[in-house]
Amino acid sequence: MSTAALNLKKITEEYACDAERLKRRVIICAGTGCVSNGALKVFDAFAAEMAAAGLNFIPELKPESGSGTYVSKSGCQGFCQMGPLVTIEPEGILYTKVKPRDVPEIVKTTLVEGGIVDRLLYQDLVDGRHCHGTQDIPFYTRQARTVLKSCGIINPEDIREYIAGGGYEAAMRAYKEMTPQSVCEEIMHSGLRGRGGGGFPAGRKWDITRKEPGPKKYVICNGDEGDPGAFMDRSVMEGNPHSVLEGIMIAARAIGADEAYVYVRAEYPLAVQRVRKAVQDAQSLGILGENIFGTGQSLTCHVMEGAGAFVCGEETALIASMEGKRGMPLPKPPFPAQSGFCGKPTVINNVETLASIPIIMQMGAAAFRKLGTEASPGTKTFALTGHVANTGLIEVPFGTTLREIVNNIGGGVTDDNGNLTGGGFKAVQIGGPSGGCLTEENLDLPLDFDSLKSVGAMVGSGGLVVMNKETCMVKIARFFMQFTQNESCGKCVLCREGTKQMLSLLDDIIEGRGTEETLDLLDRVARAVQKGSLCGLGKTAPNPILSTMRQFRAEYEAHVYQKRCPSGQCKALLTPEIIAEKCKGCTACARKCPVGAITGAVKEPHKIDPDKCIKCGVCKETCKFNAVTGV
Amino acid sequence: MPQTLKKTTQRLRQFEKVCEILDRYQHDPMKLIPILQAVQDEYRYLPEEVLAYIATSLGLSPARVYGVATFYAHFALEPKGKYIIRLCDGTACHVKKSIPVLDALRERLGLSEEKPTTPDMLFTVETVSCLGACGLAPVMVINDEVHGQMTPEKAVAYIDEIIACEEKK
Amino acid sequence: MTKTDFLTVDGRDVPIEGERNLLEVIRKAGIDIPTFCYHSDLSVYGACRLCLVDVEGRGIVASCSTIPAPGMVVKTKTEEIREIRKISVELLLANHDQSCPTCPKSASCQLQDLARRLGIEKVRFKSTHKPKEVDRTSPSIVHDPNKCALCGDCVRACHEIQGIGAIDFAGRGSGSAVVPAFGKNLNQVECVYCGLCSSVCPTGALTPKSEVDDVWKALDNPKKKVVAQIAPAVRVALGEHFGMEPGTITTGQIAAALKIMGFNQVYDTSFAADLTVIEEATEFLQRKTKGEKLPQFTSCCPSWVKFAEQYYPELLQNISSCRSPQQMFGSLAKDMLPEKLEVDVRDLVIVSIMPCTAKKFEAKQAKFQANGIPDVDHVITTQELGRMIEESGLSFKQLEPESLDMPFGFKTGAGVIFGASGGVTEAVLRYAVEKIGGKKLDSVEFKAVRGEAGVREATVSVAGVDVRLAVVHGLANARRVAEQVKAKECTYDLIEVMTCPGGCIGGAGQPIARDRADAKRLRAKGLYATDKMLEFHKSQENHMVAECYAKHLGNVGGEKAHHLLHTGYRSRKRIRETELDLLNGANAKKLKVDVCVGTSCMVRGSQQLLHQLIRYLEEHGLQNDIDIKATFCFERCGRGPTISVGDTVIEKCTFEKACKALDKELEKMKISQQA
Repeated sequence: MSTAALNLKKITEEYACDAERLKRRVIICAGTGCVSNGALKVFDAFAAEMAAAGLNFIPELKPESGSGTYVSKSGCQGFCQMGPLVTIEPEGILYTKVKPRDVPEIVKTTLVEGGIVDRLLYQDLVDGRHCHGTQDIPFYTRQARTVLKSCGIINPEDIREYIAGGGYEAAMRAYKEMTPQSVCEEIMHSGLRGRGGGGFPAGRKWDITRKEPGPKKYVICNGDEGDPGAFMDRSVMEGNPHSVLEGIMIAARAIGADEAYVYVRAEYPLAVQRVRKAVQDAQSLGILGENIFGTGQSLTCHVMEGAGAFVCGEETALIASMEGKRGMPLPKPPFPAQSGFCGKPTVINNVETLASIPIIMQMGAAAFRKLGTEASPGTKTFALTGHVANTGLIEVPFGTTLREIVNNIGGGVTDDNGNLTGGGFKAVQIGGPSGGCLTEENLDLPLDFDSLKSVGAMVGSGGLVVMNKETCMVKIARFFMQFTQNESCGKCVLCREGTKQMLSLLDDIIEGRGTEETLDLLDRVARAVQKGSLCGLGKTAPNPILSTMRQFRAEYEAHVYQKRCPSGQCKALLTPEIIAEKCKGCTACARKCPVGAITGAVKEPHKIDPDKCIKCGVCKETCKFNAVTGV
Repeated sequence: MPQTLKKTTQRLRQFEKVCEILDRYQHDPMKLIPILQAVQDEYRYLPEEVLAYIATSLGLSPARVYGVATFYAHFALEPKGKYIIRLCDGTACHVKKSIPVLDALRERLGLSEEKPTTPDMLFTVETVSCLGACGLAPVMVINDEVHGQMTPEKAVAYIDEIIACEEKK
Repeated sequence: MTKTDFLTVDGRDVPIEGERNLLEVIRKAGIDIPTFCYHSDLSVYGACRLCLVDVEGRGIVASCSTIPAPGMVVKTKTEEIREIRKISVELLLANHDQSCPTCPKSASCQLQDLARRLGIEKVRFKSTHKPKEVDRTSPSIVHDPNKCALCGDCVRACHEIQGIGAIDFAGRGSGSAVVPAFGKNLNQVECVYCGLCSSVCPTGALTPKSEVDDVWKALDNPKKKVVAQIAPAVRVALGEHFGMEPGTITTGQIAAALKIMGFNQVYDTSFAADLTVIEEATEFLQRKTKGEKLPQFTSCCPSWVKFAEQYYPELLQNISSCRSPQQMFGSLAKDMLPEKLEVDVRDLVIVSIMPCTAKKFEAKQAKFQANGIPDVDHVITTQELGRMIEESGLSFKQLEPESLDMPFGFKTGAGVIFGASGGVTEAVLRYAVEKIGGKKLDSVEFKAVRGEAGVREATVSVAGVDVRLAVVHGLANARRVAEQVKAKECTYDLIEVMTCPGGCIGGAGQPIARDRADAKRLRAKGLYATDKMLEFHKSQENHMVAECYAKHLGNVGGEKAHHLLHTGYRSRKRIRETELDLLNGANAKKLKVDVCVGTSCMVRGSQQLLHQLIRYLEEHGLQNDIDIKATFCFERCGRGPTISVGDTVIEKCTFEKACKALDKELEKMKISQQA
C-alpha cells in the first residue's frame, strides 16, 4: 500500500465499526504457557461447539465478519500457572484451567444463556471465594500493568487492533512533528532507564548515538533474553509485538537510523513468528519501509534468531553474533554507540525498554515520571516464579516492596508441593545469574535500580525466584555458577577459568571437603572475577556467590565447619538415620538395602550403619512410615 | 532398491537446498548464522562436508565456520535423534526439581550427558538453560511441543508412548 | 609547537605521544606491565586481564583497551591489582600441563616468567587440566593444546597478518580450544607452515618442530659427511640466543661452532642466493622482453608458494620457476659435493640452518628429491642451532671466528640482503639494471625498495624502460596484491613476496625477541652492514658462481641449470577429506562423477553445472547408474569448472560437455556389462 493511503485514523474508525457489531469476544490466552496446556485445542473446541450451537464463530475480525462472537488468541496474560485462560468480554469473566471438555458448558452457559460457570472461576487461595474476573483477583489488582496493558488482551497478529488502540500514533508524531533531538529529549525527560540489566538512561544512550557522525546507523532490539527464570521479553514480543516495533521506529527516528534488527532468542519460536508477522504487516501497510508517513525517511526492519548463547545478551557479543562471528564480547571502548554493528553507530535496547517508548510518548514524559520512584521512573515487569502460590508475569511500579510482590501478588510462599506455608520465606533471587539474593530483612525494601544495587543485587532482566526455607543457598549459588560456567564464552581468563574454579570450590563445600581456605579462596577468586573480567557477564558472574556468602554466611560455615547442611539438601553432608519413634520394624528397608547397611529385629526400630551406607535412597523410598532421613 | 533411491534423492534435494540458502543470503559471510540455521533445519545437524562447502562459498576459512558452529548451543555437529527432548534447567525449573526428571529420562533411555542420543537415533535428551515458560516449571519440550509441570513419571510415560507409537509403525 | 598532554602513572608524569592505548604509554614509562594477548601488530583482544590498571574515577580497566587521556591518574600495582594478576596466573596454571622443564618453550615461556615475577609459589586451585592429544603431524610446527592459554595471539596472527585462518577458536567456555577446522591436524588443512603462530605463542602450545636429534644422529655417524648451509638471516639473530644485541653479525662464530660440533663443511645459503638472482633475473628479463607472464612473483618463500598453490592457482604461471636458495643449494650440493668430498651421495647429509619453519616443509616435498634422496636432509632453525650450541657447552661469544668453506661459502652482498624484505628485489635490480643498461652500476643501493611498510612500490627506469616493482610481506598483504593482479588493477612487473613480517629476519625460527619491531630493524641493519663490508655487491660479481656455471651448470637458464635450479607448481587442496556424497546409485556397477565446488570452480559456475546435471539425471532416470560427489579440488583450478566422469577429467566444463561425456561413459559401461 502506498504511504499516501496510510491513514491511521481511518483504520481506527473501521476497526471500531467492525468491533461494534460484535456481540461478544472470547479471548483465549495463547502464550507459550497456555498453549502447552492445550489452549489451541480449547480454541478448536470453541469453533466446533459454537458451530454446533448455531453461533457465528469469528476467528479473525474483518469488515465482513458481521455480528457474532469474535474468538481471538492473545499473548501471555501472565497468570501462566492457571492456564489455559479464557476471558469473555464484555462481561469480563476469566475462566481458568479450561480444558476442551469444558467448552460446551461455557458455550451453553455463558455465550448462549449469559450465565457464569462457577467451577472454572479462580478461587482465592486465602478465603476460597470465586473471583469473577481480573478485577477481583489479587494477582492482577495489585499490579500496575502498563507495558503489559494490552498484552493478553489484544490479538497480537492483528495490526488493526493495535492501531485502533492508538498504536503507531506516537511513531507518526516522532517522524512528522518532532526532530531527532526533541525525541531524545522527551525520553531523557521521562527518566527511562534500560530494562536489560544495567539501567543506563535510555534517552542518553540515544542522544550519544544521535550525535555520532555518519549517515548509516542501526537500531537493534535485544530480545536475547537468556536469564534462566525470566520471560518478560518473550511475553511482550508474543503478546504485543507492534509496541516493540513502534519503539524501534521511534528509536530509529531519534538517532537517524534507516535499518533495524530484532534479535530474538531462538528458544522462543512463537515470539519469532509473531515479530516476523508484525514486521510484514507494518510493511504492507506502509508503516515501515520507504517514505515513512510521507516524510521521506525510510526504515527497514529485519528479524534475526539467536543460536543459543547466553553471552549474546551482552551488546558487543550480540553484534559479533549478528556479524556471523562467535559471540565473544569485545573490550569497550569503543561502545556500540560509536562503533557497533558493521562498525556503525548503533543503539541497542532491550524489548521492554522499547515497548515502554510508545507509552511514554503517549502519556508524556511528565506523567511517566510520576510512576515509580524519582531515580527509577516507570514500572517494571518481573517473572515471578519459584516457591510462590501464584507464578507468572507481573508488572509493578518501581518502589514496590518485595513483601507486596511475594505475599500479595504472589499469594505467599509454598512448599515443594505447591501448598501454602505460613512463614516459609527464605530468600528471593533477583536478576538471575548476574543478580543476588534478598532476604527477610529486605522484604520492605522498595525495589528500584539503586536500592537493589545497594544491597548487592540488581534488577537485571527481572527474574524473581522465591525460595522457601527448604532451599540450600550454597546449592543455589552452585546452580547459578554452573549456569555461568556453561555460558561463559571462554574468552577472558578470569571468567573462563574463574567460574570453573568457583564451581569446584562450591562442590568442595557441598560435598564436605570445604575448609577455611576454601571459603577464603572462594571469596578472593569471586572478587577478582568481579573486578577483572572483560564483560558484564563475567563481572556479574560471582554475584550469586558474593551475595549468598554475605547474607547466608552461617549456612556456608555450617557446611564447612560442622559438615552440616542446615536445610538438609546436600546429600553428602547428611547422616543417614532411622527415626526410632517412626520405625515399625517392618524390615522392608533392610531387605531392599543393596549394601546391607540396615540392621534390626522384626518389630524393633532399625539402624543404619553410616559407614556402609551409600546414600542411594532406596530405604527412604521403601519406608511407608517416613522414618528414614539423611539419605 | 527404492530405499537407496529415496535416500540419494533426499541428499540431492538437501544439497540443492544448501545452494538455494546460500543464494538467498547472497553468499554474505555476515549471514553465517542464519545460513547455518537454515542448513541445520535441512539436515537436522551440520555435516562437516557441508560446513566446508559453506566456508568455501562464503570466502571464510573452514576453521572460522567450525568455530562459529561449535560456539552456539543450537548447532549440532552430530546427527540428533528423531525426537529431541529438551529439559529446561532454568532457575524456576531447577528449584521445582527438573533434575530428577532429567535423571529419569536418561535412565529410561540409557543416556548420559556425554551420550545424548540413543543408538537407534530415536531420542536425543539435552538440557536447555531456560525456555521462558517458568510459570509451568519444570518444563520439557519434545521437538517443538511444550509440556509443563513435569514429573519423572509423566516424562517417562511420554517416552513410552512415543516408543509404542514408533513400534506400531 | 603543540602542547604535549600528560597523564600520571604511579605518581610520575608521562607524556602522551600518539600512543594507541594506555598500555603503550605505561610501557614507555618503563613499567613492564605483563600481557599475554597484546601484540602491537595485532588487534586488541582484551582477554588475558593481566594489563589491568586502576584509573582514578573509572576503577579497574584493561590498559590495552583504554585510550590514554590527558590528566588520567593511573596506578599499576595496587594491592587489588596485584591480587587479580596473581589469581589470573594461578587460574591459568591450574589448567596447564605443568611439565615446564621439558617444554621446548621453557626458556622463553611468558607464563613461566610471569609466575616467577609475581612470586607464585603455589597454585591454590585444583588442577582442572585434562590431557589432550599433541599434534605432531605438521613438518614444521608442533601443536600441544595442553599448554594453550587461549590468548588467541596465534589465531589473530594467522588471520590478520597472514589472511589464512588455518586455526581458530572452537567450542565455548571451558571447552574452548584453538584448533584447525573440524579438529583436524595441521597437516590436513590450509596451514602454510610459516610458524608465525609459534612465534607469537607465549607458551609452549605452538612450537617449531625440532630436527635437532636427527642432526646429532647424522653427526654421530662416522660414515656420514654432514654439510651445513647458513641462511643470511641466521647470522644477525643467533647472537640474541646468547644475550647479544639483535643484528650482531656472528657468521664466523657460527662457522666455528658448527665445525666443533662435527660439521664437515660449512657453506653459505647466500651463495645459492646469488645463483637465484642470476636465474631469476634472467627469467624476469625474458618475460619482460616478451611481455608475458607478468608480473613475475618471487619464489624463495615456501609459505607464499603453498599459499599461492592453495588460493591462486591461476597465478601459478606468474611465479618464478626458480627454486628457493635453500633448494638450489641442496640440489647443487648433492650433485657436486660427492665428487669433491669423496663421499657417496647417500652418505652426504645437507643440513640447512634457517630462520624459518616452512623451510622444513619445503625440504620434505617429493619434488625436491632425486632418486628418493632428498636434496636437503634436515632443516634446523636459528633457535635449534642455538640449543645445539648450548648442548655442546660452547661459550658462543668467546668462539674464535672461522671462515666458511669454499666454493659455496663465497657470496656477494646481494646474496646476503635476501634475508630482509626487499632484499631479493634489490639484488635482482643490481643484476638486471646492469643487463638492461649495458653499463656498470655506480651505486648499488636501491633504497626505494627497503623499508617496513607491508606493501611498497617503486619504479626503476633503465635505458628508457620502466620496471615496476612491488615488495610485499605478510600474506594478508600478498592476498590484496594478488587480487589486484587477478583483477588486472595493477601493472607491476616484479613482485617480491615474503610471508614473515620483515622478511626472513622476522622468521618464526629466529630467537624470540622481547621487542619484535626493534629486533627486526636491527637485524636488517646487520644484513645491510654485511653487504657494505663485503667486497662484492652484485651476484654477477660472484666468481665462484661464475665458475660453477662454467664448469658445471653450463648456460644460465640452460638445460642443466633448469634441471637443478628450477621447479614447477601445482594447485593444492586447502583441506583434506571433505567431499560431499550427493548421489549413490543403487546399481552394482556405477559411473563415478565428481564435480569440483572449490572457490575458483564455484566462481566459474560449478554450482549451476551441478544443478543442471542433477536435473538431467533425474529427467533421464539415471540416478541408479551414477555416484556423484561434490569435491573440493581437482587441483586444476586455472581451467575450471572441472568435473570428472569416470576416468575422464573435463576442464572448462559446460553442461553440454558434461552430458556428452556422461552419455559416452554410460554407453561404454553398458557395452562392457553386456560383454
